Amino acid sequence: MFWDWSYTWEIVPILAEASIVTIEATVLGFILAATVGLLLAILRMSPRPWISLPAAGFVEFVRSTPLLIQIFFIFFVLPEFGITLGALTAGVLALGLHYGSYCSEVYRAGLENIPRGQWEASIALNLSPYHTFRDVIIPQAIPPVVPALGNYFVALFKETPLLSAIAVLELMQTAKILGSQTFRYTEPITLVGIYFLIFSLVAAALVRRLEYWLKYRWR
Amino acid sequence: MNDQPMVHFESVRKSYGPLVVLDDLNLKVAAGEKVAVIGPSGSGKTTVLRMLMTLERINDGVIYVDGEPLTHMPRNGGLAPADARHLRRMRGKIGMVFQHFNLFPHMTALKNCMEAPVTVLKLPKAEAEERARELLNMVGLGEKLNHFPGQLSGGQQQRVAIARALAMRPKIMLFDEVTSALDPELVGEVLNVIRKLGSEFDLTMLMVTHQMGFAKEFADRVCFFYGGRICEEGRPDDLFNAPKEERTRQFLSAVLEAT
Amino acid sequence: MQTRSIIVVCIILSFTAGLAVASFAGFREFLPGLLEGARITVLITVLGCALAVVMAFLAAIARMYGPAPLRWLAITYIELFRGTSALVQLFWLFFVLPHFGLTLEPLTVAVAALGLNVGAYGAEVVRGAIDAVPRGQWEATIALNMSRMEALRRIILPQAVVAMIPPWGNLFIELMKATALVSLITIGDLTFRASQMNQTTYRTVEIFTIVLVFYLAIASLITVGMRALERAAARGVARGRAH
Repeated sequence: MFWDWSYTWEIVPILAEASIVTIEATVLGFILAATVGLLLAILRMSPRPWISLPAAGFVEFVRSTPLLIQIFFIFFVLPEFGITLGALTAGVLALGLHYGSYCSEVYRAGLENIPRGQWEASIALNLSPYHTFRDVIIPQAIPPVVPALGNYFVALFKETPLLSAIAVLELMQTAKILGSQTFRYTEPITLVGIYFLIFSLVAAALVRRLEYWLKYRWR
Repeated sequence: MNDQPMVHFESVRKSYGPLVVLDDLNLKVAAGEKVAVIGPSGSGKTTVLRMLMTLERINDGVIYVDGEPLTHMPRNGGLAPADARHLRRMRGKIGMVFQHFNLFPHMTALKNCMEAPVTVLKLPKAEAEERARELLNMVGLGEKLNHFPGQLSGGQQQRVAIARALAMRPKIMLFDEVTSALDPELVGEVLNVIRKLGSEFDLTMLMVTHQMGFAKEFADRVCFFYGGRICEEGRPDDLFNAPKEERTRQFLSAVLEAT
Repeated sequence: MQTRSIIVVCIILSFTAGLAVASFAGFREFLPGLLEGARITVLITVLGCALAVVMAFLAAIARMYGPAPLRWLAITYIELFRGTSALVQLFWLFFVLPHFGLTLEPLTVAVAALGLNVGAYGAEVVRGAIDAVPRGQWEATIALNMSRMEALRRIILPQAVVAMIPPWGNLFIELMKATALVSLITIGDLTFRASQMNQTTYRTVEIFTIVLVFYLAIASLITVGMRALERAAARGVARGRAH
C-alpha cells in the first residue's frame, strides 16, 4: 500500500508542532528582511558613492549567490570570527539578509516612483532628510509595494525548508527524520508539500486582496 | 452582373453589455461602390467596419457579404453560427487598413506584404514577392522595400499597410480613419493612394473618415451615423450641400468650424 | 544595467585577489575539487534551464490557447510548482517517487525538479510577454485572414520573445542558485563539495568565500549572455529573419 492513513494521522501532530518553528522562522525572517530592505534601499539612494556602492554591491552579491550557501556561511563561517549563532538564529539571519536584498529592490522601485516634486517640496520647506523620509516619502512609497513584499513573504516561507540543512527542526527536517525512522517518506513529505501549497495559495489570494484594496482605497 | 449588394447589414445590433452601440442597422453597399462613413465619435461608425472584418461579434441580425452570410451559415433551412472554415473563407474577401497601421515591426515592408499571401494563400515565395513589389511600387514605395516600419514615416507606413491588405486581393477594402494618426502634411500621400485604388481596381470600399473634402470628392455615397443609427445618407453633393437632418447640419458645421 | 556588471566584476576581482594573497597554498588545495563541483553545477543549470524553457512555452500556450482539459492541466502544473518550494519538490521526487516504482538517477531528479519548478514561473513570463504584444498586431493578422497558430508563430511570438529575455535572465539565475539544493540529495555539486571540504578541513572561510565567488561568476556569465541574446534578438527583430 502506498498510503498509510493511520501513519498519516500519527504524524500530523508532530508536523503541526514543527510547523510552529517554520512559522517562527518565516515571521522573524520577514521582519528582518523588510527592515534590512528599507535600510539598504535608502543607503543605495545616498549621493555619497562610498555609501551607495557598497550597499549596491552587497545587494548584487546576495542576489547572485544561493541562499543555501549564505546559510552555511553564516552558520559555519561566522564562528571563525567569534560569532557563534544557534541554528535557528543563523537561519533567520540568512533569510533576513537574503530576502532583505530582494525587498530592497522593491523599495527602490517604490521610492523611485515618488515624483521629484515631493523631494523638492520637502527641501523648500526645509525638512531634514530624516523627516522627509519619515513623513513625506515613505508613507507614499510603501503602499504600492506592499503586494510585491507580500509575494516575497510567501517566497521566504517556501524557502524555510533550506534551514533543514543546518538541522533546524522545521517542517522539512522533521519530515525527513520521520521518514528515516520508518522508511516511509511518502506521507511526511507529501503532507509537507500540501501544507506549503495550501499556505501559499491562501497567502497569494490574500496578497491579491490586499493589492485590490490598496488600489481602490488609496488611488 | 447581378444586382445583389456586395455588403448587406440586415437589422444588425451590437452592444457592449448595457451600452448599445449599433441599433437595428440596415445598410447595403453595391459592388464597386465607395462609401464614406462619417459621424461623431461614439456613433458606431468604426464598429461597423470592425464587425465586417469579424473583429467584433454581432449581437443580432445578419451581415451578408457577396451574397452569403458572414458570421452565419445556412443549416436546416435556417442560419446557425458559422464554423471556422466558413469564417476564414468569407474573411478572405475583406481587407482592412487600420488607424495605427499595425505593421509587423520585425519584418521589412516587402516581407510585411508577402507574409499573408505565403502563409494563408499558400503562394510560392517568388510569386508573393513579385506581387508585393508591384503593390509597393504602386503606392510609391518601390525604393523602401527593405526598410523596417520603424524606419518609415507614418504616411509611408500607412501606404505599406494598404499594399499589405491589397496583396490578399480582397473584394472589399475597409479603411478605419486611416489618416487620423498622421501628421497633416502626410495625409495627402495616403489619400492619393486611395484615389488611385479607386480608379485602378474594382473594389468595394468603406471608409470611416474625418476628411470631408476627400469624402465629398471621392465617395459615391456618404452615410452619416449618429447614436448607433444611420441618421442620413446620400450622394456627397446632396448630403454636404443640402443636409436634410438637423443633426447632420450640426455635425457638418462643427467640422467646418474646425477646418 | 551597466553599473550592475561593473559592481559584480569589482567584487569578483577583489575577492579573488584577496584570496590569492591571503592563502595561496589553500587556494590551490581546494581548487580542483571545487572546479569539479562547479562543472556539475553548470551542467545541472544548463539542462535545467533547457527543460524550464520547454515547459514554460508548453504550459503558457496550453493555458492560453488549449482546449479546456489541457488548459486545466497547465494551470494545475503552474500553481502546483509555484505553490510549493523547490526543495520540497526535489525531496518529493527523490524520496517519494521510488515508492511508486520510479527510481531515477539523482542527476535526472535534480534536472527534472529544477526544470519543472522554474518552468512554472517561466510560463507566467511567457504569458505576460505574449499578452504585452499590442492588440493591433492580432487584429492585423485577423484582417489578413491568418489562422491563430500562424499568427502566433510568425507574428506574435517573435515579438514576445524579445520582451521576455530579461525576466528569463532572472529566472536562469534563480535556477542556478537552486542547484545548491541538490547537494542535499548528495549530488556532488559546488555546494556539496564545499560542505564536504568544510567537514574535513575546517578551512571554512576560504572554502565558502571561493564558492560564493564561483556562484557570482556563473551568475555574471548568465547575465552577460542574456544581455548579448537581447541585443541579438532586437537586431533580429529590426532586420527580419529569412522568410
